[in-house]
Amino acid sequence: MARRSSSGLTDKVEINMTPMIDVVFQLMSFFMCTLKVVSPEGDFDIRMPIAAAAAAAPDDQQVPPVRVKLTAGPDGSLAAIAMNGTPVADFDELRKRIIGLVGADSGPNSLAEKTEVEFDADYALKYVNVVKAITAVSGKVENGQVVELIRKIKFTPPKKG
Amino acid sequence: MAKRSGGPSNTEIDMTPMIDMTFQLITFFMFVMNFSEAEQDDRIQLPSSQLAKPADGVIEKPITLQLTNAGSVIYAGELVAVRDIGSYLEREKTLMIDENREPNSATIIVRADGRAKTGEVQDIIRICQEKGFERFALRAQYDDRR
Repeated sequence: MARRSSSGLTDKVEINMTPMIDVVFQLMSFFMCTLKVVSPEGDFDIRMPIAAAAAAAPDDQQVPPVRVKLTAGPDGSLAAIAMNGTPVADFDELRKRIIGLVGADSGPNSLAEKTEVEFDADYALKYVNVVKAITAVSGKVENGQVVELIRKIKFTPPKKG
Repeated sequence: MAKRSGGPSNTEIDMTPMIDMTFQLITFFMFVMNFSEAEQDDRIQLPSSQLAKPADGVIEKPITLQLTNAGSVIYAGELVAVRDIGSYLEREKTLMIDENREPNSATIIVRADGRAKTGEVQDIIRICQEKGFERFALRAQYDDRR
């Protein structure tokens, strides 16, 4: 702390700013170095117990599962989509078919809530196509709002070859 | 800048704007800093989806398995072959049982690269199922384009 005499009547106190500026710059360097830009991520929740396939006994309340077959091309790209054995042109059409099958209502005890989709994808198919297919059957975005469709999703066992 | 009369002139720099700006920068970095302990690896290019909304709550003690484009799994920062993750999951299962938790209550977060083979994701799910895990969260990048 340094003192300066001005006119002899009042003293002006000067604060030594150097330590504070040092600390502030070190803090800034720390935050800059530890900054990690993270893009938002979300999940598709799936519950798949191992015994589910074997234990899936016919039930009056249970709606038969919708089977979506995803066929891979030679390079792992998507070659064909089929829903319950019927060819589907693209994921938009798949969503329309799903809405046609279960309706737009996804509330409690709705058909959409009871229905399960089983994905049968080729081993070599690129995973991005499966996520697109899950997105198509899970819902749609209407006027910025998410309208949910089918939430029960499962996969067939992997078939290598 | 102030000048004192008498003797050699002493130039004083006004530090106020610089300190203001520095504090604003620190505030900015503090706000954008991510303290979450979510496992994210830059080697994974997640597929994007409009419906993959960020979870409302925090998943309690999840197990994160990240599948690379080349077909290896990144588990706790280590590269592991898909067929070898069973032993690691067995260890996780033992730890959970020691903590009086059931393996079927744990969530396996699958962060798979969009270019990876679907069969390898299914292999991971099958191995997890064999170890008693049944809750899976297929992670995707949230695409907010409307």
